[in-house]
Amino acid sequence: MKYVDEFRDGALARGIAASIARQLRPGREYRLMEFCGGHTHAISRYGIADLLPPQLHLIHGPGCPVCVLPVGRIDQAIRLALEHEVILCSYGDALRVPASDGMSLLRARGRGAELRMVYSPLDALQLARARPGREVVFLALGFETTTPPTAVALRQARAEGIANFSVLCNHVLTPPAMRAILEAPGGVALDGFIGPAHVSTVIGSAPYVPFAREFGKPVVIAGFEPLDVLRAIQMLVAQIDAGRAEVENEFTRAVGLEGNRKAQALVAEVFALREAFEWRGLGTLLHSALRLRPEFAAFDAERRFAVPYRGVPDHKACECAAVLRGDRRPQDCRIFGTACTPDHPVGACMVSSEGACAAHYSYGRFRAPSRSSA
Amino acid sequence: MKIPHTRPLNLRQGKVEMAHGAGGRAMAQLVDELFARELGNAWLAPGDDGARLPPARGRLVMSTDAHVVSPLFFPGGDIGCLAVHGTINDVAVMGAAPRWLAASFVLEEGFPLAELARIVASMATAARAADVPVVTGDTKVVERGKADGVFITTTGVGVLAEGIELSGANAGAGDAVIVSGPIGDHGMAIMSVREHLAFESPIVSDTAALHGLIGALLAAVPATRVLRDPTRGGLAATLNEIAQQSRVGIVLDEAALPVRPAVAAACELLGLDPLDIACEGRVVAICPAAQAASALAALRDHALGGEAALIGEVVADERRFVQMQTRFGGRRMVDWLAGDALPRIC
Ligand code: SF4
Repeated sequence: MKYVDEFRDGALARGIAASIARQLRPGREYRLMEFCGGHTHAISRYGIADLLPPQLHLIHGPGCPVCVLPVGRIDQAIRLALEHEVILCSYGDALRVPASDGMSLLRARGRGAELRMVYSPLDALQLARARPGREVVFLALGFETTTPPTAVALRQARAEGIANFSVLCNHVLTPPAMRAILEAPGGVALDGFIGPAHVSTVIGSAPYVPFAREFGKPVVIAGFEPLDVLRAIQMLVAQIDAGRAEVENEFTRAVGLEGNRKAQALVAEVFALREAFEWRGLGTLLHSALRLRPEFAAFDAERRFAVPYRGVPDHKACECAAVLRGDRRPQDCRIFGTACTPDHPVGACMVSSEGACAAHYSYGRFRAPSRSSA
Repeated sequence: MKIPHTRPLNLRQGKVEMAHGAGGRAMAQLVDELFARELGNAWLAPGDDGARLPPARGRLVMSTDAHVVSPLFFPGGDIGCLAVHGTINDVAVMGAAPRWLAASFVLEEGFPLAELARIVASMATAARAADVPVVTGDTKVVERGKADGVFITTTGVGVLAEGIELSGANAGAGDAVIVSGPIGDHGMAIMSVREHLAFESPIVSDTAALHGLIGALLAAVPATRVLRDPTRGGLAATLNEIAQQSRVGIVLDEAALPVRPAVAAACELLGLDPLDIACEGRVVAICPAAQAASALAALRDHALGGEAALIGEVVADERRFVQMQTRFGGRRMVDWLAGDALPRIC
């Protein structure tokens, strides 16, 4: 706990915040995007916005794993559970994401679907061992951080020959999503990125270099502790003021240039790039997601069961797509806090605590109680 | 009423059978040799359908609570003592002195009698320690797979002294918000068993009967306005309920919030917030600010309130928001947890 507390020191935080305030050029606006849902959550949970001057804007990015899954992907999982009668396992948040026709995985349970909330794909594998008579499918999702554990489970399943285990793979990649945000026509104006923490421990800092070189946007990789976020903001402001655009690393206690080679090798052994993948908000992006390699075909739920992916548009009133791109803030959505709340989410961003809308609703809505005052 | 049984219950290897709930001789034997033997008291002894209770001086308070916790045994307790404590506490936070309990068991066919015996013994120990007897009860058995081991519903009756009017609607701006000890112990004790989290010192449930502690508090500060036990949904849910009922806001001070390091670490690991995690042996008290010091002293003097802390204050806020000054110097909302992230915690 000591370890954690020293990154949550209030006095130190106020010191950094004050020096950021002194650093800012008067009259200039600074627009920084935190890519990761983990940062969105930390910023909201520790009230970091309260420490920053108003000319510094933090814009929530798309790095919330369940938020970027389009409706059609959840539909697919529901079909697996209802029509193919598998036991569907996933992380808690995924079970509550709204799908087509007012469904969600949790609602599907009411119609007879068998679901398990797990904290790790190995729990799903364990369930498959314990219930050899049933098909067990793990709904795998998330960025580069959650991919290695899925790879471990798949390797283990193959080694043990566990025939009733498979994975519905929705693992996605961070760099293509960052690129999509920068390339979106008429997209959000940004001065720099707070780079992912855990993702970068896996992929390292090198993959962000093009954003600095090609797009001239500084990237500072930051840990998830509130002090990490503040220090990263300070480093970004220094780069912006000096007219620099480089990849810097605030999170040196965990991230190196190359990342975790062992994890990368493991992922490469099990997964290959998908040609294209549809993201919520970002559209269909080439080479932006992973599928299982042919050697693991037997464990690929998409091959094992006939559940082809069908794209489905978002709910009419839902602004999740624009929120995920950073074009709109949660409180700009017409149904934020009225029709769409964490108890009755309409869009995916209201489900996970890493989602921009849920974070703002649960932690920050006292600041901007209505759209008009926002 | 002693019915002669040909063979005693096999409390070592025996299992619950459908006959144990069928109203016949097998059921009578289970009641005799397990429930009555363990829980035995003057009200239960006659073996009638109900308990004849003596007249009480004062208004009666009644509360009921179903317990479905999984696992049934956890560090610091089990479903038996939990079922006693839970209902005693529900009566106690109304300001009443708990006097009697009723207990209903739903048993799953095939459940080991040895475990049932442990649970009933733990219940009996808890009831005796609290001096609140189980005066009547019932047992039903359902087919295997239709329940999960044991479910226990307890109902409690207590007596409310003249002049005590506690309600979640009584909080007013300026009042002090106090919690009697570290939060989240029970929920994280359960979660760490379920998720196989190993800590140097295991997290132990805080399950306890609070009527003694509450009695001491009310004696010291009769002007106490609200008492609540932050069980399911944790402190966050409890404070939001109070804010709603009283039409006020509440502002907490994160630095003052008592959370054990192991609980904080486990929450961190599972992505949970200690504010959302159930307690089973803590009480939240709201009292006039002028009496906060006396309230704290009274709580800290009691064995169950040694780590009581003043954690925030009630403010005027028509939006009825619960907010927290973070240790970090920012502010945030403390909202109800959405969905059911922690099912079957009590
Ligand atoms: S408020 Fe709901 S519908 Fe609107 S953008 Fe957020 S999650 Fe989507």
